[in-house]
Amino acid sequence: MEKSLHIDPNKCTGCLQCEMACSYENYGQFNLAKSRIKVFNFEHAGRKVPYTCTQCSDAWCMAACPVEAIKVDAATGAKVVSEATCVGCKVCTIACPFGTINYVHETGKVQKCDLCGGDPACAAACPTGAITYVDADWTGLDKMRQWAEKTDTQSRVGA
Amino acid sequence: MGWARKILRVDLTSGSVKSEPLNMEWAQQYLGQRGLATKYLVSEIDPKVDPLSAENKMIMATGPLTGTAASTGGRYSVITKGALTGAIACSNSGGFFGAELKMAGWDMVIFEGRSPKPVYLWIQDDRAELRDAAHLWGRTSWETEETIKRDHQDPQIRVASIGRAGENGVLFACVINDLHRAAGRSGVGAVMGSKNLKAVAVRGTVGVSGIRDFKAFMAATQAAKKVLADNAVTGQGLPKYGTQVLMNVINELGALPTRNARDVQFEGARKISAEAMHEKRPTDGKTHLVANAACFGCTIACGRVSQVDPGHWSVQNSPKYWGANGGLEYEAAWALGAADGIDDLEALQVANMICNEDGMDPITFGATVGAAMELYEIGALTKEQIGVEAPFGSAKALIEMAHMTAEGRGFGQELALGSARLCEKYGHPDLSMTVKKQEFPAYDPRGVQGMGLTYATSNRGACHLRSYTVASEVLGIPVKTDPHVTEGKPALVKAFQDATGAFDSSGTCIFTTFAWSLADLAPQLDAACEGGWTVEKLAELGERIWNLERQFNLAAGFTAKDDDLPKRLKTEPAKTGPAKGLVNQIDKMKPEYYEVRGWDAAGVPKQETLARLGL
Repeated sequence: MEKSLHIDPNKCTGCLQCEMACSYENYGQFNLAKSRIKVFNFEHAGRKVPYTCTQCSDAWCMAACPVEAIKVDAATGAKVVSEATCVGCKVCTIACPFGTINYVHETGKVQKCDLCGGDPACAAACPTGAITYVDADWTGLDKMRQWAEKTDTQSRVGA
Repeated sequence: MGWARKILRVDLTSGSVKSEPLNMEWAQQYLGQRGLATKYLVSEIDPKVDPLSAENKMIMATGPLTGTAASTGGRYSVITKGALTGAIACSNSGGFFGAELKMAGWDMVIFEGRSPKPVYLWIQDDRAELRDAAHLWGRTSWETEETIKRDHQDPQIRVASIGRAGENGVLFACVINDLHRAAGRSGVGAVMGSKNLKAVAVRGTVGVSGIRDFKAFMAATQAAKKVLADNAVTGQGLPKYGTQVLMNVINELGALPTRNARDVQFEGARKISAEAMHEKRPTDGKTHLVANAACFGCTIACGRVSQVDPGHWSVQNSPKYWGANGGLEYEAAWALGAADGIDDLEALQVANMICNEDGMDPITFGATVGAAMELYEIGALTKEQIGVEAPFGSAKALIEMAHMTAEGRGFGQELALGSARLCEKYGHPDLSMTVKKQEFPAYDPRGVQGMGLTYATSNRGACHLRSYTVASEVLGIPVKTDPHVTEGKPALVKAFQDATGAFDSSGTCIFTTFAWSLADLAPQLDAACEGGWTVEKLAELGERIWNLERQFNLAAGFTAKDDDLPKRLKTEPAKTGPAKGLVNQIDKMKPEYYEVRGWDAAGVPKQETLARLGL
């Protein structure tokens, strides 16, 4: 079963534990500048929204890469950058419609979410359940349950 | 090593900046943030210096856990000689600025001297420079942050700045970061303004990598986060209601100082409570509260995001206040509300926004308005002098006074000096609800005896964040004590003061202590830092800091006489509620407190106490 990161912005408090978990997992340090997930703060709407790669099936970054440095991880479905192959041309950063693949000047390569090999650190670190890692075919399950709960609420007692 | 091991020294007079290694010997004795920066400050300035002179220094300091995954690990403090008090000042703030400073590779920044013209400090990792701030001077904190981000074309910059209050010499001006977070008390923003330093802008991409034992650190922080999540206060109460949840609790206890502490219960408390923030307004059908929000790394998320009714008279012509904004916390809701007899929740939120926008401490501001209202009611001040009719309960007066104080207009220039100087000037010094010229916050010492001792002995002037005995006397954390008795309170206050000193020096938030004790903090610090950080070492650290601050204050000219409460709290009994008939018995608690502190009858630390603490 393929799993997918699922984000519920309504639960996000903007604490950035996900960004720290991401940078620790990938770089062994706490560094927001190196996180592959970003939390956006829409100040005047009072909303915080975590945002990262959605792992497109037909991934534009992968299609655009001239050296085939981006490959599909068969186990997770993640589109993974091979640093050894990447030449830092940044064409993928132009191709991605969502901005979720980015250049790292320190390494001269690009980076993107790789789902941590199937155990995403951001989801594990989120204290409010705003980021979860769930069945990719059923990311809507929680919402469905919430709406389902509101239907047919007449009492069964005495029926 | 949780430390970055590097400090930035900024000489504002000459305009030079330089990097220095952190004194690691001191770091072992004083840890970081409050403790370590206080050590630097007291070693470098004359205690008798005028707080607003070039000879005073101001330090922005992080702790070893700042910028790490430890829950609430985003704190920084501003340490200086306080403009309002003339005592040691250390004001702690959350938000994201502190973590950014640490991630740029700095433990602290020491500002000295005075710039000949307005400047701001721009820090980009290891590069730092002073830049011209002529275009920022005269602007609010909100405008300053927006302008700096635009000028640098980088929305990820974090900014700490002063608003117009800090520029105008408002003695309770604060340093505002991330729009709504404040290093709030004792006038640290006035010191910053006196140095012609408008802002500090930071972008940090170095990160924090110097953790002593990463594996142990992740395990320790994980365990500590679970303690917060499982606790009713930090796991449920604070995220849902914020600190404002205390309004009804403290009011029912008869310990809500009302109308400049004339009363101890406020008939309008319900209307300005956290519960009211959740209710739909009759005017537009919306709730005041929009969401809760976290500071950096915080898994509690007590912060409030709220939105006022755009049709309210106080904002109907000011669209800048219409969006979601930083909401009220308990102390602000009390100071702007109960202390002034005001129950208009919209007006309180707007006054709070003005305080954030221009950088004023809402506790001192609100309490000073309360004092002015009492002076007005007894005829010591007139409408002509104030510029507005100012009886208790007037939300219009509150809003107008907030604007005039922030902008330095008319009577605002007198409010800007705080209630001690205001009441002195108009012939009623006893009407100032202050200790060491700083206004006490939202717990009436007649109904919570330990808080009287807390206020009287606080090294930075009256304050609840130096020993929050409310936790024990009201909430039963860690053990319930009777709020009406004085027995045991001196030792309780000392224990809270010492533990607080350790938390304030670590980079974590004092609100964790609703759930955490030093036993939860120690493993996190020990995994991050060399030095064997045990509970015992942390308790001793807190005591060492307390005595260091005390020595500074004594050298600055404070004496045992200054460890006292306003006369009203000692002579006018509570009129209603469970504490009816009680006054605060500070005179009974104080000698015993000096004794448990190891101080002599004059409140001076004994030689053996200093020797034991390595002072």
